[in-house]
Amino acid sequence: MKKDKKNSEPLIQDFTSSFTVVYKEEMAKRTICRMDIEAPLIARKARAGQFIVLRVREGGERIPMTITDKDPEKGTITIFYQVIGKTTALMRTLKVGESFADVVGPLGVPDEIESVGKIVMVGGGTGTAVLYHITKAYREKDNYIVGIIGGREKELIILEKEMGVLCDELIITTDDGSYGERGLVTDALTRVLKDSPDIRLVWGIGPLAMMKAVANLTRPYRIKTMVSLNPIMVDGTGMCGCCRVTVATQTKFCCVDGPSFDGHEVDFDELLKRKGMYFPQERESLLFSVR
Amino acid sequence: MEENPQAEKPKKEKIPRQKMPEQNVSARIRNFNEVPLGYDPETAQREARRCLQCKNPQCVDGCPVEIDIPAFLQLVVDGKFVEAAHKIKEKNVLPAVCGRVCPQEDQCEKQCILGIRGEPCAIGSLERFVADWEADQGETILPSLLPPTGHKVAVVGAGPSGLTVAFDLALLGHDVTIFEALHEPGGVLMYGIPEFRLPKAIVKREVEFLRRLGVKLYTSVVIGRTIEVDDLLKSGFEAVFLAVGAGLPMFMKIPGENLNGVFSANEFLTRVNLMKAYDFPDVDTPVWVGKNVAVIGGGNVAMDCARTALRLGAKRVSVIYRRSRSEMPARHEEIVRAEEEGIIFFFLTNPIRYLSDEKFWVRGMECVRMELGQPDSSGRRSVKPIPDSEQIIDFDTIIVAIGAGANPIIASTTPDLKTNRWGYYIADEETGLTSKPRVFAGGDIVTGSATVISAMGAGRRSARAIHKLLMESKKV
Repeated sequence: MKKDKKNSEPLIQDFTSSFTVVYKEEMAKRTICRMDIEAPLIARKARAGQFIVLRVREGGERIPMTITDKDPEKGTITIFYQVIGKTTALMRTLKVGESFADVVGPLGVPDEIESVGKIVMVGGGTGTAVLYHITKAYREKDNYIVGIIGGREKELIILEKEMGVLCDELIITTDDGSYGERGLVTDALTRVLKDSPDIRLVWGIGPLAMMKAVANLTRPYRIKTMVSLNPIMVDGTGMCGCCRVTVATQTKFCCVDGPSFDGHEVDFDELLKRKGMYFPQERESLLFSVR
Repeated sequence: MEENPQAEKPKKEKIPRQKMPEQNVSARIRNFNEVPLGYDPETAQREARRCLQCKNPQCVDGCPVEIDIPAFLQLVVDGKFVEAAHKIKEKNVLPAVCGRVCPQEDQCEKQCILGIRGEPCAIGSLERFVADWEADQGETILPSLLPPTGHKVAVVGAGPSGLTVAFDLALLGHDVTIFEALHEPGGVLMYGIPEFRLPKAIVKREVEFLRRLGVKLYTSVVIGRTIEVDDLLKSGFEAVFLAVGAGLPMFMKIPGENLNGVFSANEFLTRVNLMKAYDFPDVDTPVWVGKNVAVIGGGNVAMDCARTALRLGAKRVSVIYRRSRSEMPARHEEIVRAEEEGIIFFFLTNPIRYLSDEKFWVRGMECVRMELGQPDSSGRRSVKPIPDSEQIIDFDTIIVAIGAGANPIIASTTPDLKTNRWGYYIADEETGLTSKPRVFAGGDIVTGSATVISAMGAGRRSARAIHKLLMESKKV
């Protein structure tokens, strides 16, 4: 016990972090990228469900990014991202040995992970990267885990092997049937819910439409359903209020009240509209950079 | 009393208060450059000569950080501008900042004897002049530090309060480390106050000065998350000063507040000031500003938002305030500048809901007329809506500038840090000591939204208490 406690919270001698990319792997025709970043203070504290805010370079945006994994010994954190806009495109240009301007975290409320019994972990697209960290924590608490991960096509399935190790059952779906079952993760979830009356908890993490569909599926069963939200943020510490989301008719700040919320209480439609607020500027920014 | 030494002085020349030149209105509403342009040396000396050099200077009593105002003014009269700057820096680490954003009219200048019969000496303008003068000379001379004590102090937050504590404790020879959550130090000076009121180069200069004093500064570290307060105490820091600001914007909890086009003042100003969205797409962070903007609130932050929106290209900017002009908490000169720039004011008006277009963007507000009642215990007049006075006004952008609440991050991970019912830390008024031993706090996280200088004053008082604590522990 004593040793355990000592190891988990060593004294901090050094407050510097280089935010250097120490590992990089591109997948899905270079549309998804994994990076391990040197950030010892964050690696030391990161818990399941938490996120970071990073800037690629001076003049760059601050964008939130969920932590997929951490290695406190090596002092690194792992992130997965899909290249969808200017900042993620810039991130992909960083080579091993190059550094982010800054990375701050771990932010958000860590999830309380308990032993609850049989649970279903549903991940869509790069949402699986977020799901992985939380699934790992549930594994450590000895739950029976049914994993469902999906994507549009075979290439977009990530962390299959890693999730396979954590889950007691793992179902893979692709929209086009190129791998695993043909269909959506929600199709598989529908079946699992029907077949297993003993499910105690469902996590759904992925695109907003998917999370909304997962919450709608579990609602009639009254199974507690958690989602992890990723609205537009600036500071990520509660200071700007940009990440407002309505949960159970109350306005919450995703960065300090979340990012995990009860999926049955989240106003997904509002969040979807709020996420689109800067679409014209996001396009302009991307076009400007390739001009 | 009967012998006023000032009255004895032979023929003090009659000089009117010297005005500081400003950018003219039509130019300044199209740029983010500073509006007042500063004194030239002759004007500064002429203004400083107005000081009566009172034996018992009231202005010093009015200054939260107790600057020896007559002494620095005399140095200006003597043309010793750099020495004047040093005189201020004995008490104030941020003279170029305070010369610009302090409400001198409520502090030093309010107490000035000249103000009884005429206009007070322009102390703020002169503070700004000497600080800028010193910086323009290039290498600033560092004050002498006491020999190192070996005591380590952590300061959380690199805003006005944190910078002041760091400065005072560094001068006393302590080993000071500042942790800042954002990627740039400066706190509200960086993300909140616009460039046209406080150029960011000045904030950077003042922070650099602290670094040269040996203060260590780590940005992008969120105390309470990256490192907990208890981690700091376990990692060799003998005292911790929490100066995190009131970082949680308030909303009115009325329908439609989450529509697109509705911002908190913090978000709007952070995008523009810290992230420099006015340079988008040369920088990556955008900001939305429509043609017809409403700013809700009557404080300095509301004025900053309104004037910023104008500079970003809004055609019409209105300030909606529920009391009347005379109750506005904003500085008089900020209100005047906003009026000069064409900002429209709706007084005694309060929004009750925001209206949406078919795409979830705000298109207007429903508001009510308000009437003032009797002053409450704090002396502020109460205000209540007039029945059946609802009306709808069109707007395409709403900026909510009604203040900030207490940020929950540190309190949520520091169980023995007591807070009041609004979440502000409970701290001793004189020392800033919280319920947690060796942990002090000051600035907006204790008082709620207030001024730069009051946060600095709190820092000064806590620095004394922390120094005492450290020196006592040395004896043990």
